[in-house]
Amino acid sequence: MHQLEQLQRSFVVARKDVWIYYAKGPVMVFGLIFPLFLLMAFTIGRNMTVKDLFPGLMGMAIFFTSTAVGPAILPWEARSKTLERLVSSPVEVWALLLGDVFASFVFGLLISIIPLAIAILMGVDVLYLMVFGSGMILATFCFASLSILLSVYPPTDVPATVMMLSSLVRFPLVFISGVFIPVEEMPDWARTIASASPLTYFIDLARYSTTGISYYSIPTDLGVLTALALLFLVVSIKLHERFLPQRLS
Amino acid sequence: MEAIEVDNLTKRYGGSTAVDSISFKVEEGEIFGFLGPNGSGKSTTIRMLTGIIKPDGGTAVIMGHDIKKDAIRAKQAMGVVPEMSNAYVELSAWNNLMLMGELYGVPKRDREERAKELLKQFGLYDRKESPARGFSKGMKQRLILCMALINQPSVLVLDEPTSGLDVESSRLIKDVIRELNRAGTTVFLTTHNMEDASQLCERIAIINRGVIAAIDRPEGLKQAAAFQSIELSFNRTVFAEDLSNFSCVKEVKKMGDKFRLYVEDVDLTMDCIMDYARSHDLKIVALNTLAPSLEDIFVSLTHKNKPGED
Ligand SMILES: Nc1ncnc2c1ncn2[C@@H]1O[C@H](COP(=O)(O)OP(=O)(O)OP(=O)(O)O)[C@@H](O)[C@H]1O
Ligand SMILES: [Mg+2]
Repeated sequence: MHQLEQLQRSFVVARKDVWIYYAKGPVMVFGLIFPLFLLMAFTIGRNMTVKDLFPGLMGMAIFFTSTAVGPAILPWEARSKTLERLVSSPVEVWALLLGDVFASFVFGLLISIIPLAIAILMGVDVLYLMVFGSGMILATFCFASLSILLSVYPPTDVPATVMMLSSLVRFPLVFISGVFIPVEEMPDWARTIASASPLTYFIDLARYSTTGISYYSIPTDLGVLTALALLFLVVSIKLHERFLPQRLS
Repeated sequence: MEAIEVDNLTKRYGGSTAVDSISFKVEEGEIFGFLGPNGSGKSTTIRMLTGIIKPDGGTAVIMGHDIKKDAIRAKQAMGVVPEMSNAYVELSAWNNLMLMGELYGVPKRDREERAKELLKQFGLYDRKESPARGFSKGMKQRLILCMALINQPSVLVLDEPTSGLDVESSRLIKDVIRELNRAGTTVFLTTHNMEDASQLCERIAIINRGVIAAIDRPEGLKQAAAFQSIELSFNRTVFAEDLSNFSCVKEVKKMGDKFRLYVEDVDLTMDCIMDYARSHDLKIVALNTLAPSLEDIFVSLTHKNKPGED
């Protein structure tokens, strides 16, 4: 009963985030333009078909959109002096953070539908819809949780600091995830590194969905994404509980 | 039942102790004031009571709910106006209230009705659809107070609710606080303003360097002070040193063409003044005896200096 009530309040928090942070023009524009920009950057002048590029592009689109604003939400609220009031309301820290995760999740999912639609129009065939759909949902949730984890430290009220630091994690993560080189074609050391990135598993799933080929087994991909989503969520809740008060002075 | 019960509450920052095991109780239906200089630990205490920071020691219970063990219930019983806070400037006044109402689990019908009442009461109803971004400081503060009241709290906690506001806004807020209190709301507030404190509060705690120096009714605090003051003016300028040489005068302060003498015995001082005036051929232009103001008591308790020195 109590948990259910808190869950309800986390949806209220999520709706507030969507209203305030995502409804801002630049964020929307970024979300729409960025995946298209990626598509062009990687297709122009390359001897690869859209079908070859699809898993990597989809992965990047989901990854970048669902981690775009999440890290900045808490610093931004601290900066605008709304955080103290929010924390004094009867909402548990986990519900508060889950709300921020939901908001990132919805944003990532909605925006990623656009490149997906474009890819399908350009002739990409999604053979295994269930696998792709559940992979997309799990991956978006996993990245959304990661985005909240990225704002834990330092407990600052300067959004730009957090965005810069989170970019230091986000960009390298893309490079190690086998965006355009299938995992099986990587050297051993790169494969080991790639296995540490959640994005690798979504790209693997997306590749399977369109070509029927994957490096890991499907249950492994889905299982790792679920496990990492939960891990990011639990760790970020624990750490935020600890560092949140420091953000308020 | 006590509305707020604080026992040995402590908060340390690094090596310094911001709040040093303070204890007090606030009765249900009371307006209780926390008065103290900058950095004395008022906001730190409020932040512990409202669950924003965790105390390093001691307990606090709000309407029977322990802030550590039962934080959500304790928070549910409170309305909070933090020291520096803001409404969501992107949202309209109305949506800010709806958001808060939902966070407190107030049913839709109730929160809409209540929001309408509050916005009317605070003179914001005409602007309910405008984003809070365009609000003046006073309007924002009134909106924040509306947001604190949307859940009809049993305990209202306010950190310097009127600081930086003009006379009209701060009077409106004080009137609302009194009105709410008449209807049964317990109020806990901090302020720098002695006048506000003595007009509003039934009891006042004076806090200094994280320690409570005194808790009493405003008049009780005034009576407890062991000094009074005399305001005095002659027809010519005299030296303050002459006056401070009187045996029973503790302190002399020159205020324009007047002197304020802090004394233990008014009667004895009068004799000294008369003798002095006669021997120096001076005329007394004005002479008043004054009870200690709350400010005098505040200064004497928080500075541990002679009264009148600040
Ligand atoms: N987050 C923090 N980190 C370190 N020290 C802090 C922090 N918050 C408060 N302090 C210290 O604790 C002491 C009490 O601060 P507090 O804000 O409670 O004072 P206050 O009575 O509200 O003052 P004011 O009237 O200026 O609002 C101060 O010495 C302050 O420097
Ligand atoms: Mg303060």
